Amino acid sequence: MSSVKEVLGNLGLLDYFAEKRTCKKCGAELPYPAFRNNNMVCPSCGAYQRMNAEERISLVVDKDTFIETNANMESKNIIGFPEYSAKLKKAKKDSSLKEAVVCGTGEIGGQKCALFIMDSSFMMGSMGTVVGEKITRLFEMATENNLPVVGFTTSGGARMQEGIYSLMQMAKVSGAVHRHSESGNLYIAVLTDPTTGGITASFAMQGDITIAEPKALIGFAGQRVIEQTTGEKLPKGFQRAEFMLEHGFVDIIEERKRLKYTLTRLLELHSR
Amino acid sequence: MYNEKSSYEKVKAARSNDRPMGGFYIRNMIDDFIELHGDRRFGDDGAIVSGVGYLDGIPVTVIAMERGDSIEERMRRNFGCPSPEGYRKALRLMKQAEKFSRPIICFIGSSGANCGIDAEKRGQGEAIAENLVEMMGIKAPIVSVVVGEGGSGGALALGVCDTAIMLEDAVYSVISPEGCASILWKDSAKAPEAADALKLTAGDLYNFGIVEYVIEEKDRTAEEICSALKKCIKKEIAKKQALTIDELLDGRYNKFRKIGNCE
Ligand SMILES: [Zn+2]
Repeated sequence: MSSVKEVLGNLGLLDYFAEKRTCKKCGAELPYPAFRNNNMVCPSCGAYQRMNAEERISLVVDKDTFIETNANMESKNIIGFPEYSAKLKKAKKDSSLKEAVVCGTGEIGGQKCALFIMDSSFMMGSMGTVVGEKITRLFEMATENNLPVVGFTTSGGARMQEGIYSLMQMAKVSGAVHRHSESGNLYIAVLTDPTTGGITASFAMQGDITIAEPKALIGFAGQRVIEQTTGEKLPKGFQRAEFMLEHGFVDIIEERKRLKYTLTRLLELHSR
Repeated sequence: MYNEKSSYEKVKAARSNDRPMGGFYIRNMIDDFIELHGDRRFGDDGAIVSGVGYLDGIPVTVIAMERGDSIEERMRRNFGCPSPEGYRKALRLMKQAEKFSRPIICFIGSSGANCGIDAEKRGQGEAIAENLVEMMGIKAPIVSVVVGEGGSGGALALGVCDTAIMLEDAVYSVISPEGCASILWKDSAKAPEAADALKLTAGDLYNFGIVEYVIEEKDRTAEEICSALKKCIKKEIAKKQALTIDELLDGRYNKFRKIGNCE
């Protein structure tokens, strides 16, 4: 009789089961599947762990329906910023991604839509020209094909290593969001932890409907910057999803286990 | 054409206490200016001065960042860092300008959007985001001029335009050189190196095709600079007024669409 280990090894799944994850909140160390099968929510304390693009797609997109677009677009060191080329190389290696956003089409509860999924494991999900270009193309494609857009944000903001080019992506994407909206199509923004800086100040806050994950950090200015500038202590829960809901900047806070269901209902209601 | 200042010297020039800001250009360029206050939602932001007047006989809407002169005025104007209500006031006046087919002139000069607790509570990010998306559709010509420091998203919120102009010593950046140096190199004293790396001068942005005109400052008085700028704005407004609305909006879309085109 072969051991479990051998069977898993033969199936190429040994690494998958052996990999341990540590909860960012309570420190519980559990096998990866314990998190994965629980929507990347800690089975021990219930804290939401950040999801990568692949995990997010498997959470909300119907199985085998996702088709990635512009998958091979890669960033260049557009203004020759010191150390940026090496940082890009390292980010690609560490995240196994080509950039901080994955775009494509897929179905959510049988409703076809265009999707962008940001991934904070690539340079904190920061937006440079490639992130801007991919999301712009996605909105343009969705406008042309009359598709709703469902976008998941997570980002530290604009990517400073691309200087003014990264700032201008905020305007570029906003243009495409504007045209998509003018064409009468739906855009649902799902804000996940953390959504800050230039992303909050552009397409994260331009949805027809804005959903946030519980306790997600959502804001414009960084907390340290605010403390240093004002010398004030930040109120409890400042810039969290619940704070944003209370102040009127988020429509719904939705739990991960209900997210697909809620998205499906909203997409169905807007189907055309 | 350009003077010999280093990038960081330009940053310091753009920020300097005696550099004219939006209010100066309104006084020296716009006739019969009438200031219009308030966002009709929350309040009136002193960091944004806005209103209507004439540019050589053409009715225009003007929206300007202003930090003030005396210390009292600077406090009242939050040192030129706009709050959400300032951006919302700006958008209100842009929609008004659209209604009356009036060209819009924006003057940008601020270290950035107000980053305070109250500004966050009132949706600083949402206010800027709303301006970016709405300005893409405003059916009136928009000319934006960076006259001082163009600080990140807070500057861009008045920077979605048909024509972008920078003064020679103005800068425009995604982050302050100090912020960049302290995040990347844990040393804000390396701001001069960061300023070089960020490529934030008017010359840089002109070479990138992000601004269409640079107004020379060298050996010119503030009044002479203002008069050269006025000529440039007038010419651009006339050019944009000759377009159909579709041509105007397509042009605006494509101006930003082409920035950082990939592959
Ligand atoms: Zn836990």
